[in-house]
Amino acid sequence: MSAPYTRSGRARPSGGGPELAIWYLMRVTGVALFVLALTHFLIIHVIYDPSEQDATWIAQVRWSSLFWRAFDWSLLMLVLFHAFMGVRTVIADYAQGGRRMFLLTGLYLLAGVLFVLGTVVVLTLPVVPKG
Amino acid sequence: MLFRYRGGEGMLAWAFHRISGVAVWAFVVLHVIDIYLVGGNPEAYNELLKIYASPIGRVLETVLGAALLYHALNGLRIIVMDFWPPLTRYHRQLWYLAWVIFVGVGLPVAYVILKPIWEGAPA
Repeated sequence: MSAPYTRSGRARPSGGGPELAIWYLMRVTGVALFVLALTHFLIIHVIYDPSEQDATWIAQVRWSSLFWRAFDWSLLMLVLFHAFMGVRTVIADYAQGGRRMFLLTGLYLLAGVLFVLGTVVVLTLPVVPKG
Repeated sequence: MLFRYRGGEGMLAWAFHRISGVAVWAFVVLHVIDIYLVGGNPEAYNELLKIYASPIGRVLETVLGAALLYHALNGLRIIVMDFWPPLTRYHRQLWYLAWVIFVGVGLPVAYVILKPIWEGAPA
């Protein structure tokens, strides 16, 4: 029924196709997120502190370079795939039929909205020179 | 459900992975919206930031960091076992190793996040 080698992850789908691709992509994005998400958390909470991170700080310091905007946008793309495909697995485990369809539709719509909101703010937030 | 994964460490590792994953997902939804506000409504973002920087906010951020760190470490454990199946024999030891790293990395980070509660905001 399940692959012999899984202890807390989803068993590797045997059929191939999109499900197998998603299974691999969850692991590839997982490794990337191990680096990017933990780095992001350390920057925000250890190197800096939330108390100094107002809107001006983000424009002047955090997002003053193309590198950090690209870094955060890459993180967003990876996490949108990984987190939403993860919740998809949870929904598939606990909901069936019309209820599952309803929840998955809402899930994908939410992912689309977050893709747009996150991409818009990364691209349009003006760079405010320090001073 | 509790017996589907034969109980013990493997089942707990799975349950914690799922709970921490959904928790991080929920924060990501909030976080994309709050960062959108930086451009769309900076005043509203600055108000929300005060909650993030408050003592309750800091406790919640510590919980978020714990969920993220556990999910990251246990996720690597899953990947290691998926791609090197013989290591599945040591899934308990790998889980304990994840907890050792979790405590070793997590405690200092938690201290840094929580310190302003009793010392005041850093300059």
